[in-house]
Amino acid sequence: MIAYIVRRILYAIPILLGVNLITFALFFFVNSPDDMARIHLGVKRVTPEAIAKWKEDRGFTRPLLYNAAAQGTAKLKDTIFYQHSLRLFVFEFGRAEDNRDIGREIAERMWPSLAIALPTFLVGVLVYITFALLLAFFRGTYLDTWGVVLCVAMMSVSVLFYVIGGQYLMSKLWHLVPISGYDDTGLLAFKFLTLPVVVGVVGSIGANARLYRSFFLEEIGKDYVRTARAKGLSEPRVLFQHVLKNAMIPILTGVVVVIPSLFIGSLIFESFFGIPGLGSYTIDAIHSQDFFVVRAMVFLGSVLYIVGLILTDISYTLVDPRVRLE
Amino acid sequence: MIRPRTYRILLSIVAAVFSLSAHAAWNNPYPSADRDRNILYAAFRERPKHLDPARSYSSNEYEFIAQVYEPPFQYHYLKRPYALAPLTAVAVPKPVYLDRQGRRLPQDAPAQTISYSVYEIRIRPGVYYQPHPAFARDDKGDLRYQALTERELGGVYAISDFSKAGTRELVAADYVYQIKRLAHPKLHSPILSVMQDYIVGLKDYVATLKRAHAEVAQGREEGVYLDLTRYPLAGVEAVDRYTYRVKINGKYPQILYWMAMPFFAPMPPEADHFFSQPGMAQKNLTLDWYPVGTGPYMLTVNNPNRRMVLERNPNFRDERYPAEGEPEDAAEGLFADAGKRLPFIDKVMFSLEKENIPYWSKFLQGYYDRSGVLTESFDQAIRFSGSGDTEVSEAMQGKGIHLLTSVASSTYYLGFNMLDPVVGGLSERARKLRQAVSIAIDYEEQISIFRNGRGIAAQGPLPPGIFGYEEGCAGMNPYVYDCVDGTPRRKPIEAARRLLAESGYPDGQDAKTGKPLLLYFDTAATGPEEKAKLDWMTKQLRKLDVQLVVRATDYNTFQKKMRQGEAQLFEWGWNADYPDPENFLFLLYGPNKKVGADGENAANYDDPGFNRLFERVKNMDNGPERLALIRKMLDITRRDAPWAWGTHPKLFLLEHAWVYNTKPNTMANNTLKYLRLEPRLRAQQREAWNRPVVWPMLAVLGLVALAVVPAVIAWRRRERGAAR
Amino acid sequence: MPFQPVFLWTDVLIYVLLAAAAGFGVYAARHEHLRAPWRQIARRPLAMVALVALAAYVAAGLLDSVHFRERLANGGDQYSAEVLSLLDKLAAPLRSRVEKTYSAPFAAHAYTKETVEYPDGRRVRAYPRLVHGGAHLKDPDERGADIGKRAALATAAGGLVWLALVAAFVALRRVPGEAYAAAARRLARGADPIPWRAILVTAGVLIVLAANAGYLSLYYHILGTDQVGLDVFYKSLKSVRTGLVIGTLTTLVMLPFAVLFGVMAGYFRGWVDDVIQYVYTTLSSIPSVLLIAAAILSLQVYMANHPEVFDNVAARADVRLLFLCVILGVTSWTSLCRLLRGETLKLREADYVQAAQALGASHLAVMARHVLPNIMHIVLITVVLDFSGLVLAEAVLSYVGVGVDPTTESWGNMINGARLEMAREPMVWWSLTAAFGFMFVLVLAANLFSDAVRDAFDPRLRR
Repeated sequence: MIAYIVRRILYAIPILLGVNLITFALFFFVNSPDDMARIHLGVKRVTPEAIAKWKEDRGFTRPLLYNAAAQGTAKLKDTIFYQHSLRLFVFEFGRAEDNRDIGREIAERMWPSLAIALPTFLVGVLVYITFALLLAFFRGTYLDTWGVVLCVAMMSVSVLFYVIGGQYLMSKLWHLVPISGYDDTGLLAFKFLTLPVVVGVVGSIGANARLYRSFFLEEIGKDYVRTARAKGLSEPRVLFQHVLKNAMIPILTGVVVVIPSLFIGSLIFESFFGIPGLGSYTIDAIHSQDFFVVRAMVFLGSVLYIVGLILTDISYTLVDPRVRLE
Repeated sequence: MIRPRTYRILLSIVAAVFSLSAHAAWNNPYPSADRDRNILYAAFRERPKHLDPARSYSSNEYEFIAQVYEPPFQYHYLKRPYALAPLTAVAVPKPVYLDRQGRRLPQDAPAQTISYSVYEIRIRPGVYYQPHPAFARDDKGDLRYQALTERELGGVYAISDFSKAGTRELVAADYVYQIKRLAHPKLHSPILSVMQDYIVGLKDYVATLKRAHAEVAQGREEGVYLDLTRYPLAGVEAVDRYTYRVKINGKYPQILYWMAMPFFAPMPPEADHFFSQPGMAQKNLTLDWYPVGTGPYMLTVNNPNRRMVLERNPNFRDERYPAEGEPEDAAEGLFADAGKRLPFIDKVMFSLEKENIPYWSKFLQGYYDRSGVLTESFDQAIRFSGSGDTEVSEAMQGKGIHLLTSVASSTYYLGFNMLDPVVGGLSERARKLRQAVSIAIDYEEQISIFRNGRGIAAQGPLPPGIFGYEEGCAGMNPYVYDCVDGTPRRKPIEAARRLLAESGYPDGQDAKTGKPLLLYFDTAATGPEEKAKLDWMTKQLRKLDVQLVVRATDYNTFQKKMRQGEAQLFEWGWNADYPDPENFLFLLYGPNKKVGADGENAANYDDPGFNRLFERVKNMDNGPERLALIRKMLDITRRDAPWAWGTHPKLFLLEHAWVYNTKPNTMANNTLKYLRLEPRLRAQQREAWNRPVVWPMLAVLGLVALAVVPAVIAWRRRERGAAR
Repeated sequence: MPFQPVFLWTDVLIYVLLAAAAGFGVYAARHEHLRAPWRQIARRPLAMVALVALAAYVAAGLLDSVHFRERLANGGDQYSAEVLSLLDKLAAPLRSRVEKTYSAPFAAHAYTKETVEYPDGRRVRAYPRLVHGGAHLKDPDERGADIGKRAALATAAGGLVWLALVAAFVALRRVPGEAYAAAARRLARGADPIPWRAILVTAGVLIVLAANAGYLSLYYHILGTDQVGLDVFYKSLKSVRTGLVIGTLTTLVMLPFAVLFGVMAGYFRGWVDDVIQYVYTTLSSIPSVLLIAAAILSLQVYMANHPEVFDNVAARADVRLLFLCVILGVTSWTSLCRLLRGETLKLREADYVQAAQALGASHLAVMARHVLPNIMHIVLITVVLDFSGLVLAEAVLSYVGVGVDPTTESWGNMINGARLEMAREPMVWWSLTAAFGFMFVLVLAANLFSDAVRDAFDPRLRR
């Protein structure tokens, strides 16, 4: 098992290298360093000297991939790609355009992202399972039929409407919670987090509850459930003791892959609700074309995704003893 | 790095649930303990990039640093037209003019004979800096934190982590030091290129510092301190403890306006040295983030991801609220606090608010005290009772919200690229085409649709409040407007069609080839919010049967096109640096072209007659002679129509009943010190406006419960049926 | 010719898609194993109702996909630079009747007060009458009665059309010798295996709605007007095509890659498999929004450098739309590719594939004849299931600022514009509501239909 994990981690290295190369290509072929300099130096009174200085300060005067002028290994080392991209592998993200250290910024912004993503995730899974169980429990009655229709209807609404509607109703009309913002102390934290969490959970009830319901129904159709019923177990006990336990396998393995990504947060929610997390950091970086931050976030996102995949594999072995990792 | 923060959050959530019912306004985004405190709540839209006065050059950054840094002069808060007043200086000095040999010339000497102007600035004694660790001294009287070791820096993450602080009196040398910093090779001051033409010796100084920096740095990137006091700058010197002199090439009266900007604020060398120590920059401890000044406020919390907090500077000198202004100020109650000591407000809390809707909603709920200077999109979001009207809707009136307006010293225009083969050039054909387009684009309509009447259509480059601007038909653009009953009225569209026909495009078709005329509108506006504006623009040209093609690109490409002169029609704007016509007319000065010279003349307009006049008008003092020349210049450009003159936006500021002493001032940035609040009224209103409405949530829960009951019954019945 | 046809890139692809769908239909009709699942779908009332609704959207989208330029009025052989579609032509009254700014649905007055100048020089602040909306009314107070009268008229007309349709249908379905009344009763009872009753009722509702909308929109702005006075109903109709294009072409452009790479990886295994897996793992581990943002930025640079290629607004917007489809496809093909690889790995071991290989069939032949037909159901299910997600994604991307061209009408652009309107006092709600309604119906119909498709084709569920 440990050998397997080590192998997976080694396998991740070429993938991350590829990710790096793709982002590098996208950003450097799209925007010349001159363009970046102009954006960051401001609009008023930008002189060519200032641009030259800016580029020199950041080492953008080097060639992109191959330095023909240099000697030996420096041919590859004295390039923008080597100097700026490969350092990421030791999590050295460098500095953002405003000269703040990206690593520190990520460490700081991770918490707000997590503070909204984790409750949304936990409450979400709980609510979806409950809702799906309810549908499975009442299967065949009108509640199930209309519940599924409701799920499909809820799936068909854009997440933007949930956010806009939630803010309008909960904050503007009913004055229940602040419309946006973030704080991490006391009552304020709770006030600020309520709305995004509620909207986040409600927004994805439709798809998830329906999916989980199908997991439950699949289990209910199996022989052991019939046996349990034949033993005379009551329906709730069958559902909670047997069906729930076994249906948790597909549910858990399905959610494990997203757990690492919770750190990155959500682009839409964070910018709508003014949460100073990594999602809004990324959006800002896209808008201001801060290459260093975007690249760092892409790298981080890829790393976490790969970690998620590895975790998924491990969780399979944990919940299902038949699976062996080779 | 494990932080107990997550646990804290969880614990606090539990605590919060239990205490929730005790609070009146559930949606209050601030701690309830601050309910009655004298805090002004404001917002900022994007994180400021630079807070170093040598680098910062944008209004959102000035909102902070203008409260902290004090240049020698300021704009008078109440007087109009805008007038300079001393801030830390004793008075606004009169220049001494010298000829090439250094002989003194009389004040009315012609500009050509003046080789140098010398400004001698005396500052007030007894002005002290804010408490800051850079000034802290130990028991022996030595500066405490100027030789920090790695260990001492270990637990430091913010300026507040230094336990000791000190202060020092402001001296003239601090001003000299800051002017020298403009030439610092690592600072890239945006005004260096302008200033090195005017300040004597600054150009050479740049080279000196570059060499010196390379010597000191020895290839190091960080922790390099360049002691500027060791390198004299020819044109700037401290005469005595409280006096310094600035020597300018030729005559350049506008330099005084520059010296009212934070670029010329004092910088204590201790602070520069303090932040230049090794290890500081890695912790984001830089002058670019932590201003050190003598102003009424000091920046105590600097977390651009969430909030920035200005707190009253305990060492602030005795400055009083002004007692003179415009006659109507008395009726507005603006003299109620005359002679009282500034500032009035203890603390200003700026929260990060990127989205318009939350910003606006929180303002209406009473959680922001003023709506701030409105941005374009925010401007669209609010609607008043009607266009062109300066009153707020009834609902807002009921809340006691009042509205303050002022025409901004800025011009937004539609430029024609004069290098373009179709619309450009000074030929009669192209001129008529441009005039036709200028008439067709109905800026009055644009103002009423997109700005709710908040703006005026421009008659030329000069906005109101700038010398040379004239009201009514006297200042009218006769090529686009007719004077009807003493007010300018846009010429009818037929006039534009006639001009278009005369320029060779009858009904929008090329008279020779019959091809339809296509014009290109270049813009960086790619967001969906801009779509309505683009639609509108297309609609305007359709009136002439001309099709407008929108070429929307990203910001970078747009800038590049502008630099290379590949754009055709484009929108551009200019905010005044200082209230002088030169600051607008230079936007049309030929040698200042965007293409080639990389200047600010975005239309690449180059008319020899205009250029000659500009060179004369540039350095003149305001007076009838200057006015006559400006009129001539305006007529030349109006006829050539390198811009469809566009609009001068009006700034609207909304504020709640509990805010006093606001008078919009588009030049001054250090205005927070004049404001006063009534926190108790605010607390009451907030609670009255934000009573939570709970029943809808209860109703939803009730409905869910109701829906389950029949299902339970149905399920029971089925179970029983199965059992049987 | 009074007009000159214009073929935009997406138009061509839509025609290709249409041809492919028709071809597949003909093919499926001849093969029982393909016909059976479709028959199963046809028997589900909900799916058929959804299909009818989808058909209405597709019709609007297709009308909007036939583009041409009109010849200029004053003779000569010059054509207007403006590219129009059939829908634009049909909805010409809607397109040209532009107000100054906001007006509410069915309003006769503007939504904002303006200073109105009377001939005698008096200036009064009032709500001015609209130029087009309700302009036929002498007294705007009669608006309610007028709307009611016209709605009744339109409903009656629509009802008649529908009755004619039903009558024609009954006549066609009549078993020889059966009385018309009996055939009609059979229909009304809903006794057929195919739910014709539900289909016809849905069609009826749609016809009556269309009649009402079409007739009333000649006199009113039935969904109001936006900030620059454009009719919101027209904007919503125009957005249909954008939604459909994003939903369908995205999958279409990615299909060849996903199928080819997926099958190759599963079939050849070894280093081919390694390389393909590497490519899709790498691509899928990049957060898709970032990839899309970077790609859209690069397209803009390309367009700015080659203005001669994109000589009109429609072409520029169209290329951006297509490019968005492509890049969305790139970010989403990986999951399909992975599915196909897995399925091919299984099929590879199947007896008939082994047999074919043993008989010396070439790899290409085996893949085309034995593997491909057996994975087509996965492709179909993916295409149908992805559709609604893509329509929703468009709105979100527009919010992030990397969606369709700002001059393209789309629901995403409408929603984003409308977000600011929500903050106005009084609120402007109709743009948002219109976008919500149109989008919701399309996505709901697509979801319902895709459910049926999945149930019918997914062998795991077929029991």
